[in-house]
Amino acid sequence: MNMLTRPDPALANIARNAGGARVDLVLVADMVERGAKVLDVGCGDGELLRLLGETRAVDGRGIELSREGVNDSVAKGLAVIQGDADTDLADYPDDAFDYVILSQTLQATRHPRVVLEHMLRIGRHAIVSFPNFGHWTVRLQLLFAGHMPQTDMLPYSWYNTPNIHHCTIKDFVQLCSEIGVKMEKAVALNAWGTPLRLNAPWWFWNLFGEQAVFLLSRKG
Amino acid sequence: MVEADLTTAREAPLREADSPRDSAVACFGADKPLKLDAGVELSPFQVAYKTYGTLNAERSNAVLVCHALSGDQHVASEHPITGKGGWWETMVGPGRPIDLERYFVICPNVIGACMGSTGPSSTNPATGKPWGLDFPVITIRDMVRAQAMLLDHLGIESLFAVAGGSMGGMQVLQWAASYPERVFTALPIGCATRHSAQNIAFHEVGRQAIMADPEWRGGRYLLEGTNPRRGLAVARMGAHITYLSDAALHRKFGRKFQDRENPTFSFDADFEVESYLRHQGISFVERFDANSYLYLTRAMDYFDLAADYDGLVANAFKNSPTRFCVISFTSDWLFPTVESRAIVHALNAAGARVSFAEIVTDKGHDAFLLDEPELFAIVRGFLDGARKARGLSGPR
Repeated sequence: MNMLTRPDPALANIARNAGGARVDLVLVADMVERGAKVLDVGCGDGELLRLLGETRAVDGRGIELSREGVNDSVAKGLAVIQGDADTDLADYPDDAFDYVILSQTLQATRHPRVVLEHMLRIGRHAIVSFPNFGHWTVRLQLLFAGHMPQTDMLPYSWYNTPNIHHCTIKDFVQLCSEIGVKMEKAVALNAWGTPLRLNAPWWFWNLFGEQAVFLLSRKG
Repeated sequence: MVEADLTTAREAPLREADSPRDSAVACFGADKPLKLDAGVELSPFQVAYKTYGTLNAERSNAVLVCHALSGDQHVASEHPITGKGGWWETMVGPGRPIDLERYFVICPNVIGACMGSTGPSSTNPATGKPWGLDFPVITIRDMVRAQAMLLDHLGIESLFAVAGGSMGGMQVLQWAASYPERVFTALPIGCATRHSAQNIAFHEVGRQAIMADPEWRGGRYLLEGTNPRRGLAVARMGAHITYLSDAALHRKFGRKFQDRENPTFSFDADFEVESYLRHQGISFVERFDANSYLYLTRAMDYFDLAADYDGLVANAFKNSPTRFCVISFTSDWLFPTVESRAIVHALNAAGARVSFAEIVTDKGHDAFLLDEPELFAIVRGFLDGARKARGLSGPR
């Protein structure tokens, strides 16, 4: 687990100064170079793309499954199309983007591994953020209450959740290792949206990180 | 009976072709022929058009609106024949999504049509008589070439936007493919990169209805003083069904009777939907030329953007600087969403900047002409974003 890099102090400052925007979105945005070409997969109502446009001057595109999200985004002037991460990424040519972002969507895909591989084929970098299913509140609910965990980040009941492939930080790191992905940066946020302290060991992250953000790139 | 109803249509065929009312006309002489895909040149020819709003000092706020098969240049003002409002007044006007307080809108009548641009009902200068079927078969690309010549004539180098639905959307795609550097944004709505076999089939039924009318006279009705109004009305009735949807027809008409309680056990228009369709047929004949209907449906049938680019639509948009906004409607079965997705797929493969939205409506293909708030919000938002990106100033 040495490959899990430590949180970047600059990112921590950004997160504390996030102001109105969601902390995880600010963290993602800060991993993107200015003026880059970005594809946001599962872009929702376009909030991250808007933030990236304003703070990073990116050439941003989005894919979103929900019709409402797409129409809201387009009405904001964003270049967003209706589509499905599981089926439509295959249509994109290699190296079409500098960054392909999957923000809080990984756990809702049918084939997370395939999606991740496509992301790193289409983009030079991939940025993935997801809720950590290894968080202590999740573990305790299953262990002591004996029911499927529900948290602020995972508010659904087991029968109506769109999240079909939960993973822990440890699981995700394992997947990255299996498909030969280089981790450039990683940040875990606790339940208050604060980045975990820099020198924390990986098991600490997996237990106390409520969500994680990874910047990845192809190896070699 | 159908015959009794449809004969109420105007006796004399439409003649707006040579000198259209309430329109500007650009004439192109022998020095500026229109080179047609059919391999011949059309010369001289003219393009009738309307403009709205004010062109800014930089000449950068021009929006070209392309009309559909049954449309014309009267996009945002009263129609000289029907007296009705413009066909896209919900979209184009002061404060509308295509805002006439910001944009200078140009709407030309397409080549081959019958409202003042050269078409089969225009006078053939070689004979002094109407062209009829001697008029060359034209394509969507020919229409767009003529529009580009109109823009040259008006001194407009680049368009802030090109927008249109259905056949108008085909022109939008052709514009972006043929003149990418002249098109900053493109809005192809409810259209496709090629006409499907089913759509060609529907058009063929319409054409056969016109040609089966004894008054069509092999296309020489203008010379012989007849008018194939029944054929054209039936063509329109058939086509009109394809512009709606089962759900919309059910919602509007159901099985309701027209002005009666019980069936008459005859072939009168017992049902409201029959009466409605007959009305659509009759009112269309008032303002449209039968031969133009043949030519324009043919142009749509021939449209296949990929065919001009080694079979790949993506090649048509390679390195395109244009920002696209593709829009489809859930109940449109003439140009279903899958066709718009194919456009989006090609644009993505070409690396073009594209937005795509599907709008939920039961109004079918005609939804693009109707009151669809979501459509307006998307077009407005898309154009606002593009305007900021271009740093576009207002007209004054």
